[in-house]
Amino acid sequence: MIEILEPSIVTLNVNGVDRKVTVKPSDTLLFTLRNELGLTGAKPGCENGDCGACTVLVDGWPIKSCLMLTVEALGKNILTVEGLKNTTIQKAFVENFSFQCGYCTSGFLMVCHALATVQPDANEAVIEEWLQSNICRCTGYEEIGNAIKSTLNQINTMQG
Amino acid sequence: MIPFDFEYYKPDTVEEAHKLYTQLNLKGKKPIYYGGGTEFISMARMNNRYAGAVIDIKGIPECNVNKIEKGKLVMGSAVTLTKIAESNLFPLLGYISRRIADHTIQGKITLGGNLLGTIIYKETMLPLLLTECQLVIYGRDGNRIVNIIDIYDRGLNLNEGEVLVQITIDEKYLTLPYRHVKRTKLEKIDYPLITMAAIKDGDNISVAFSGLYQYPIRSLEVERLLNDSKLPKKKKVLQIVNNLGIEVLDDIGGSSEFRKFIMEDMLNQVIEKLQEVC
Ligand SMILES: Cc1cc2nc3c(=O)[nH]c(=O)nc-3n(C[C@H](O)[C@H](O)[C@H](O)COP(=O)(O)OP(=O)(O)OC[C@H]3O[C@@H](n4cnc5c(N)ncnc54)[C@H](O)[C@@H]3O)c2cc1C
Ligand code: FES
Ligand code: FES
Repeated sequence: MIEILEPSIVTLNVNGVDRKVTVKPSDTLLFTLRNELGLTGAKPGCENGDCGACTVLVDGWPIKSCLMLTVEALGKNILTVEGLKNTTIQKAFVENFSFQCGYCTSGFLMVCHALATVQPDANEAVIEEWLQSNICRCTGYEEIGNAIKSTLNQINTMQG
Repeated sequence: MIPFDFEYYKPDTVEEAHKLYTQLNLKGKKPIYYGGGTEFISMARMNNRYAGAVIDIKGIPECNVNKIEKGKLVMGSAVTLTKIAESNLFPLLGYISRRIADHTIQGKITLGGNLLGTIIYKETMLPLLLTECQLVIYGRDGNRIVNIIDIYDRGLNLNEGEVLVQITIDEKYLTLPYRHVKRTKLEKIDYPLITMAAIKDGDNISVAFSGLYQYPIRSLEVERLLNDSKLPKKKKVLQIVNNLGIEVLDDIGGSSEFRKFIMEDMLNQVIEKLQEVC
C-alpha cells in the first residue's frame, strides 16, 4: 500500500529525468510542475478541466494536470511541453501560424503530439474529437487544425 | 490549488481499503474513496467538498477488471471511461462514455466515480438501469451482490463506508439494438440538457433519461406506454410527455417545457429507429 500522509520528498519522472520534489498529498500535478519544478509550460486556466491549457502527457496520454494529484503520477512518465524538442508538431505550429497570444499553445501542442504518436492515422472525426479537449480564446482553431493535419500527413508520407 | 490538506492512501485490496475507511472514519478524518478524482479535485478547489483522507482505489485489481466472464460483462469501478469506450465490450456504454466530458478527462473519470458522484447527470447509469445489472459492494460484512433495481432510488444508496467494487451485466444485453441521443444546450462537450439511452429486447423497448429530473431515471410507466401497441405513435408520445409531473428540471440550462419538447423528439426517434425498423 502507498501512504503519503504529509509533505514528503518523492521522485517524479518528468521529461525523462527523475526529479526529487517535495509534495503534499493535496498538490495537483499542475501546481507541482509549475511551483516546485519551475516548469511553467503547463498553464493554469480554468483549473476545472474545461480549457486544456494545463495538458501534459502521463504515460503518453494527454491529461489535464489540474485534475490530477501529483501523488497519482508517481511511477509514471510525465511529459511537459518543455520536454518536446524539435518535434514535427512544433514546426507545424510555427509554419501554420497556429498561435496568437500563445496561452493555449502548450496544451494544444501536447494533445496534438499525443495524437500524432498514438493515432497517426487519425481521420477528420478523430482529429475533431481530440481537439475538443482544449480551448483557444484567440480562436485559432483553423490554424491549429492545419498544423495537426500537416503533421499527420508528414508522418504518414514518411511511413510510406 | 486545493485549500486544505489531506492524507493519501492507495491500498492493494478491497479489504484494506474498507478497513482504512473504518479506521480513518473513527479518527474523525472524514475519508472518501477516490476514483478518478475529477469531481473531488474540482469541488475541493472551490471548498465545496472536504476530506481529511482519500483512499485511492485504482491499485485494487478487482476494481480494474474489464472482461466478459461466464456469460457476464464484469467491470471494475476504477475502470476509466476511455477503457470502457476502447474495449467496446458494451457498445451502448462505450458510446455514452465517449460523450462524457472530453477524451482527456475520459482517461481519468472512473465508472464508479461517475455513478457515485454528486453531479445529477451520471450518464453511465443509464445503460446500467436498462440492463438491470448487478453490483458487487464491499462493506462491513464483506462482499454483497445486489441488483441495481433494489439499491437505486434517485441514486445508488450505499451504506456508510461501503465501496463499489464491480458492476456485472448479463451478456445477452450487450448486443441488443440500442439508441443513444445526447442533447446539450450549445457545445458538443457539455453536461446534457437531456441524454436518452434505449435498448430493444424482443418487442420490448426500455428507455432511461439523464437531465430530465435531478437524477437519472428509468420509468416503467413510460415504458408501458411506449410499448403499448394499441396506442398510435403520436398519442403515446404525448401521453408520456404530459405525464412527467412537476419534477422536470427547469433551470438555466433549459426550461422544463424545452426539456419536454426535446424528450418528445427523442421518443419519436426511439419509435422510428427501434420500434418501427428492427
Ligand atoms: C469538464 C467535465 C465535464 C464533464 N461532463 C460530464 C457529462 O457530460 N456527463 C457526466 O455524466 N459526467 C460528466 N463529467 C464527470 C463528472 O462531473 C464527474 O467529474 C465524474 O463522473 C467523477 O468521476 P471520478 O472517477 O473522477 O470520481 P471521483 O472524483 O474520484 O469520485 C466522485 C465521488 O464518488 C465516490 N466514489 C468514487 N469511486 C467510488 C467507489 N468505487 N465506491 C464508492 N464511492 C466511490 C467518491 O468518494 C466521490 O464522492 C464531467 C467532468 C468534467 C471535469
Ligand atoms: S487549467 Fe486544467 S483544464 Fe483548464
Ligand atoms: S493563441 Fe491565444 S488562447 Fe490560443
